[in-house]
Amino acid sequence: MRLLRLWPDESHFDFMRLRRLSFPLSAFISVATVVLFLQIGLNFGIDFKGGTLVELRPKPGVTSDVGTVRHTANSFGFGETEVQEFGQGSISVRFPLQAGGETGQTLVMQKAHEAFDKDYAFDRVETVGPRVSGELVQSGTIGVVLSVLAVLLYLWFRFERELALGAIVGTLHDIVITVGLFVITRIEFNMTSIAAILTIVGYSLNETVVVFDRTRELMRRYKTMPTEELLNLSINSTMSRTVMTAMSTALSLLALVLFGGEAIKGFSVVMLAGVVICTYSAIFVSTPFLIYIGLQAGGRAQARDTSSLKQAAE
Amino acid sequence: MLRISTTKAVATLAVILVGLMLAVPSFFTAEQRTGFIKSLPSWFPTWIVPTRAIVLGLDLQGGSQIVLEVDRNDLMRSMVQSLREDVRNALREAGVQTAGGIQLTPRGVQLRLTDEAAKAKALPKLQALSQPITDAVLGQTGARTLDVKDDPGGTIQLTITDAGFNSRTRRAVTQAIEVIRRRIDLVGTTEPSIQQQGADRIQVQLPGLQDPQRVEELLKGTAKLEFRMLADSSAGDVDLLPSKDANGQKVPVERRVMADGADLTDAQPGFDQKSNEPIVNFKFNLRGAQRFGQATSENVGRAMAIVLDNEVVSAPRILQPITGGQGQISGRFTVQQANDLSVLLRAGALPAKLTIIERRTVGPGLGRDSIEAGKHATIVATILVVVLMFAAYGVFGLFANIALLVHVGLILGLMSVLEATMTLPGIAGIVLTIGTAVDSNVLIYERVREEVRAGRSIPSALQAGFDRAFATIVDSNSTMAIAAVILFFMGSGPVKGFAVVFILGILTTVITAVTLTRMMIALWYQRLRPKTLPI
Repeated sequence: MRLLRLWPDESHFDFMRLRRLSFPLSAFISVATVVLFLQIGLNFGIDFKGGTLVELRPKPGVTSDVGTVRHTANSFGFGETEVQEFGQGSISVRFPLQAGGETGQTLVMQKAHEAFDKDYAFDRVETVGPRVSGELVQSGTIGVVLSVLAVLLYLWFRFERELALGAIVGTLHDIVITVGLFVITRIEFNMTSIAAILTIVGYSLNETVVVFDRTRELMRRYKTMPTEELLNLSINSTMSRTVMTAMSTALSLLALVLFGGEAIKGFSVVMLAGVVICTYSAIFVSTPFLIYIGLQAGGRAQARDTSSLKQAAE
Repeated sequence: MLRISTTKAVATLAVILVGLMLAVPSFFTAEQRTGFIKSLPSWFPTWIVPTRAIVLGLDLQGGSQIVLEVDRNDLMRSMVQSLREDVRNALREAGVQTAGGIQLTPRGVQLRLTDEAAKAKALPKLQALSQPITDAVLGQTGARTLDVKDDPGGTIQLTITDAGFNSRTRRAVTQAIEVIRRRIDLVGTTEPSIQQQGADRIQVQLPGLQDPQRVEELLKGTAKLEFRMLADSSAGDVDLLPSKDANGQKVPVERRVMADGADLTDAQPGFDQKSNEPIVNFKFNLRGAQRFGQATSENVGRAMAIVLDNEVVSAPRILQPITGGQGQISGRFTVQQANDLSVLLRAGALPAKLTIIERRTVGPGLGRDSIEAGKHATIVATILVVVLMFAAYGVFGLFANIALLVHVGLILGLMSVLEATMTLPGIAGIVLTIGTAVDSNVLIYERVREEVRAGRSIPSALQAGFDRAFATIVDSNSTMAIAAVILFFMGSGPVKGFAVVFILGILTTVITAVTLTRMMIALWYQRLRPKTLPI
């Protein structure tokens, strides 16, 4: 039986040379993201913005009508509402945060029930007050920062300092581009998006660590190999695994996009894109980055030290 | 080379077997589970049968979650008011008069005494009002509840300290949780979960509830009931309170409370015999009955204000002393209102007003849809990954696939036994785990391929594949685990659910992808002794 090979067994592709392409590209996308982020901003969900979200499902025998719902919702006078159709005839209505604290928000719900109870079932009702949303933003941001720091520490102990730095650069790159994805696609940014970003942090590091593990090993084996060649060898020899894992993860996420339902579609789409971004950055960003921070000087000198010690011990 | 000690093999298989057993109940309904246990012969030790199914989050089974916050301003107001009462009593005991009454300040009271002699008598009494704070964790902290300041200008200021206020807030949250539990129990909702969240918040989860708004109504009112006298004029120790009888217009009510809801032993909805209007009948305990009896006999002919949450619900005229310790509250209630009010009175008053700061309700229909969608996605993802692995690694892929299925089973089993909640993002976590779980196997197999190409013998290539890949597996899973653990601590609700699944997934990978596949491969190799590796 012939087995499937997604990547040739022997490959000698010069990935490092492509950095002259990938670095400007990544830099451009990152800067563009920051600009877009500042100009347009994220499409925050009520988790972070506060407000009321209502999801309506037409009752049996009723055909949903976005136009009428939008008109009715706007006529309440609660400010700018966002009305969207999704799935099979379901409609989501987002009301902005109302002044007057708790009573203000309750009023929104009452009005919505009065107006839509006849034709629609309320699938989901969510109200988040201003203070909660502020705290969620805070804890979300702290979470991402903390995880990056924690992983940096871990890598620092497990690997050489240069490798840890390379991994973090790649991870930050992936976070920035993912955020950019949220800005451009207008996919709602909520608590689940934070989960997506943290998972991407994990996946991104996973990819980089696999390559760097090999780099570390090769560094000890080929003490005099030029850095560029060494890094190319690291990537080429791990490439078949990279492609295979990316493929299996992407396939399962694709299943989630297609069959996982509306509620986590945004999450699944972002994760799917994340797998592509992370795979790209491990190969074209964090690894070539090592060339610039002098892997030669720090890490390999150390490697030479420990191996000479070993020899002495033997 | 590929030998695995018998103890290790037995231990691994035992862990896997137990893990999978624990997952089994989740595939059956509660009825099927109890039915199965009943169908067992009586000699069978039923404790051996796992019964715990995975707990579904509200987003999957439908229900509401409400987060309430103790209103700190309201709590401070009520602390200040009771401080004024305490100060008044202390001055009475000391037998001194104030010059111009007791003034309220934002965080306490201030007063002026007539002379130095009065001050000398009053100060020790006032200082005694300040209590040392005992903390459940720290014990005596040395901090006190009140700060008593004797101004040289002649004013005495009593201020509630931060420590005092915080300790009161903590107690208020604990009290409020008790009251909420009683209120919800009285309405008879199934299995509510009521938890403290942070310093001053309470999270209430009600699975499968149809009418969350009614519960909200029940949670919001403090239900502070007081019996006071309607005052003749608005001068003196009088509060102006809105009255339900007078359509919200304010009426003067004496500040002195004759009896309050704390002395109630029972409250039941009923109907007034004459007007047939819905009312609430109440019963006092002994102390309340005495106080109420005394107050009503002293004030026959006057109107008594029944005050609920600072609103005069009704103000009936006292026709004769009420000494039996029973009475009724009327106030143009609907049947439902009378019912709810009696529930609130029976459950007791909340120590402070609660504000709803977050509410999430998911309809049961949407929950069912989400489960269905999740199942579909899981099945499709599994099939895709299984096919891919088989196509790429043949019989080795088969081993990885078995490990993958065991892996998913173990996650479910662990979730059941840990009583972790399965949420919609949790399902996403499982699907994602299916994709990444094979990574360890891919790492091993690719390494084996390399070693074979490098000209190693089959057993040593297999050995090297497992050994060399192991460090990488540890590193890559550790970094993912770090991100997942932080996600768990920082996330809330459904995101936590995702993190739990992800962490468990990483833990079980090591058992399944490394140990289990290794055992299968070792067994396979010993049986067949192939000349070339089909990989």
